[in-house]
Amino acid sequence: MLGLERKDTLLLIAVAFITLFAPIILNPFPAGSALAQFNAGYPDLMQRFVIFGIFAIGFNILFGLTGYLSFGHAAFLGIGSYSAVWMFKLLSMNVIPAIVLSIIMAGLFALVIGFVSLRRSGIYFSILTLAFAQMSYNLAYSVLTPITNGETGLQLTLSDPRILDGASTGGLPVTSLFGAEMRDTTTLFVGPWSWDFSVGYYFCAVLMLLAFYLSVRIFRSPFGMMLRAVKSNQQRMNYTGLNTRPYTLAAFVISGMYAGLAGGLLAAMDPLAGADRMQWTASGEVVLMTILGGAGTLIGPVLGAGFIKYFENIFSKINDGILHQWFAFMPDGLENAMVAVIHPFIGKGWHLTLGLLFMLVVIFLPGGLVEGAQRTGRLFRRRDKNADHVESDAARQRAAAE
Amino acid sequence: MDAILIQILNGLDKGSAYALIALGLTLIFGTLGVVNFAHGALFMIGAFCAVTLQKILTLSVTTIDPERTDFLGNPMKVQTPYVENWFGPEMGATIIDWAVPLAILLAIPVMVLVGFVMERGLIKHFYKRPHADQILVTFGLAIVLQEVIKYFYGANPIPTPAPSAFKGSLDIGVWLGFDPYSIIYPYWRLVYFFFAGIIIAGVFAFLQFTTFGMVVRAGMADRETVGLLGIDIDKRFTLMFGLAAAVAGLAGVMYTPILSPNYHMGMDFLVLSFVVVVVGGMGSLPGAVLAGFLLGILQSFASMNEVKSLLPGIDQIIIYLVAIVILLTRPRGLMGRRGVMEE
Amino acid sequence: MGILEVKGVNKRFGGLQALGDVNLSVKENTVHAIIGPNGAGKSTLLNCLVGKLIPDSGSVMFDGQSVLGRKPHEINQMGISRVFQTPEIFADLSVLENVMIPCFARRDGAFRLHAYETVRKEAGIREQAETMLADVNMLEKRHMIASSLSRGDKRRLEMAMCLVQTPKLLLLDEPTAGMARADTNNTIDLLKEIKAKRDITMCIIEHDMHVVFSLAERITVLAQGTPLVEETPENIKGHPKVREAYLGEAQV
Repeated sequence: MLGLERKDTLLLIAVAFITLFAPIILNPFPAGSALAQFNAGYPDLMQRFVIFGIFAIGFNILFGLTGYLSFGHAAFLGIGSYSAVWMFKLLSMNVIPAIVLSIIMAGLFALVIGFVSLRRSGIYFSILTLAFAQMSYNLAYSVLTPITNGETGLQLTLSDPRILDGASTGGLPVTSLFGAEMRDTTTLFVGPWSWDFSVGYYFCAVLMLLAFYLSVRIFRSPFGMMLRAVKSNQQRMNYTGLNTRPYTLAAFVISGMYAGLAGGLLAAMDPLAGADRMQWTASGEVVLMTILGGAGTLIGPVLGAGFIKYFENIFSKINDGILHQWFAFMPDGLENAMVAVIHPFIGKGWHLTLGLLFMLVVIFLPGGLVEGAQRTGRLFRRRDKNADHVESDAARQRAAAE
Repeated sequence: MDAILIQILNGLDKGSAYALIALGLTLIFGTLGVVNFAHGALFMIGAFCAVTLQKILTLSVTTIDPERTDFLGNPMKVQTPYVENWFGPEMGATIIDWAVPLAILLAIPVMVLVGFVMERGLIKHFYKRPHADQILVTFGLAIVLQEVIKYFYGANPIPTPAPSAFKGSLDIGVWLGFDPYSIIYPYWRLVYFFFAGIIIAGVFAFLQFTTFGMVVRAGMADRETVGLLGIDIDKRFTLMFGLAAAVAGLAGVMYTPILSPNYHMGMDFLVLSFVVVVVGGMGSLPGAVLAGFLLGILQSFASMNEVKSLLPGIDQIIIYLVAIVILLTRPRGLMGRRGVMEE
Repeated sequence: MGILEVKGVNKRFGGLQALGDVNLSVKENTVHAIIGPNGAGKSTLLNCLVGKLIPDSGSVMFDGQSVLGRKPHEINQMGISRVFQTPEIFADLSVLENVMIPCFARRDGAFRLHAYETVRKEAGIREQAETMLADVNMLEKRHMIASSLSRGDKRRLEMAMCLVQTPKLLLLDEPTAGMARADTNNTIDLLKEIKAKRDITMCIIEHDMHVVFSLAERITVLAQGTPLVEETPENIKGHPKVREAYLGEAQV
């Protein structure tokens, strides 16, 4: 279906199912129950899942396929956001032109930065992209203030022209898709459960599915095969009559456009754009998502993005009070000790957890969650096979005996 | 002329820090073949050694002074640092005043230990892994170290002043025949520059004149051959990592009066130091030092108002621009050896 | 007029004259060997032919066109394929993919953004690759990851990758270097088989005289960067100049 193999079609359907029913699936605990804090089914968080999913899917096309480790992809995210906010300011609050411009601008920047950076490979490429991203960040912070509004970040104002929308009355206008406001949410109450269906989330979700579908197509295309060949052996590529430079550049630009789309969507959900989005720690985050999920796999980056954004949210919300509740069943001394041990990792300590996670994954599970799942699967299968061996051995012995 | 001189001087202290960090990065890269993204964190840990010592020295005992009262009329509580009780008020105050230089004594063992633990515990397992993995795992480590420091010391910068003897400034202009006050240079920056010079000279002398250094240099040139000679390179490389960590740490300790330590200073310096290493030439120690000073001075020139009015924002990006141009035109860097990290 | 014409090629590395006035003519549909002691400039010459090095002077004409100043991938597109000393394959890809890539390169040129097509639907390319693999007796291994192949199979795969492009000239850089006798003989058989099945010009750089005399129709002896003689194998064996060049080396 859709020009995909069976396996990939199933994967796509599964992803589509989960994404479309996320507001229900991610809210397994009744509102108001003690476990409701683990619910993730509210629009703001779900939007971040899919938006960073797009970012990571795009990053994976570059890093997962070609092996080129960019440390500057956040720059394209930031460019996407700035472009989108400018469209909201100048043209219209409709998200479509904003997102189109985001993708185009990010693509253009990726073309220039990629053209220069891809002349080198390995660690030099990483450092070049890092240098470009830091440069963009510094510029956005200082000199380009007329465009980026420096430290404060770019915001909507009442005096913005918004040519197509005409003068706005009352407060600041909100982003919309041909009249459907992004922030519009319908809440459905079923028994003790409450599910939020938001326009913004579904808009992002559909785009993510589209982005995911395209990435599957790329992975399965001759182009994708060439990219894997680049990662495997550039010398052989050249001596096979293939020019590696345009292949890597195309991958770089495509992944930059994905980042631009993600940046544009961030701005479409919340019309703000700040330089922080371009900082190199933000680039590190998308690297982490991709690696954690499984670089070079189709679903890995989406998993990684969801995983990190979910735990970021949960860990940041947990405080000592909640911990005390959890460990209340323990004797007081032990309870306090447990809370004291866990305390550094929660709340504002989320980054510490993230850093540790990063190290653990790179050390023990370089293939990420997907590899972890495969290994576990193989473990079970091998056990089955061993059982077969035992049985067949027994059969042989029996036969020999007879 | 004096304007140029003052910019060169201004560039020296930052350049010294870049040079010291880049020197350590290059030592690690050259000997172990590892790209260490946690090296900036080592610089930061050094700086927090100074903070820690300052905190320890100012640990105080609270006593009540019956002769003085506070504004509510209660007897006043007086905080007296232990060191003042032990060594007498004057001696004690002097010790506290000299906390930053004294921190060197604390930082050396701490940094060497941190270096050993890092190398034996983590880096060792990554010698044979791809550079991307090394970058990623040390990046994770850098985040962890930074967050640990943030947890214990908070997010705000902690002022750590230089000893009062070095608080003033030196009127260099007068020495050189300019008008008084035309070139004013804080003493501490001068101290930092000389300190960096001594460390750099020390590292080079160590590599040049000791047998240990000779083996390490041979290892940098051709690791496999040296290994074949039956020399246990690994042990020496562990020591080398400790040395590199100590260099970064000391650079951090002494930098604290110039920049109040904060938890993200390591990352800030790391990116620039990497750029310095690349400009100097991956694997070249003199290249790292030269590029460190050059880029420090270049940055300081770019911050001149005359330059900034001509090219706004150039001070923010000059280092990156230079790095990009150098990487594209001279991939080996200023003094890089042939064949290091080339395709 | 040969398919490959090398005229007056010079190459210096600093003070070292690696190639001095090299002339060479490789005739179509022959196996031409270039031999010579270590440091004779064999590899330098080869690198000049494929675009990795650019000679200081002289000309290299292939099929009537100059290859000088062209990049390796352009030279390959002109019809020169190269087999390396240690097989250069796409180790992380499957055997079939390894052979499909050169097929794509032949059909689509040095670059094409075929990002929306599907490999699975490229029946023609697949068939071409599978036929080639069957030709070198590797069809049943097509789903293996190339890195898990034996050394001999890797060599076979690399040959298949080159041959599937139907090159006008196949360059082989010491294809049996470091091989055990049995593997060497297998490689010789493979090359003979290839030669028997199709019209192809081969240029072999080789150290092993056994390989050279089993395959070559013409032999050029290179010493100190200059060709000493060009002869048939029978005439090379007792040639005094060759003995001189190889003095102290293996017996010819």
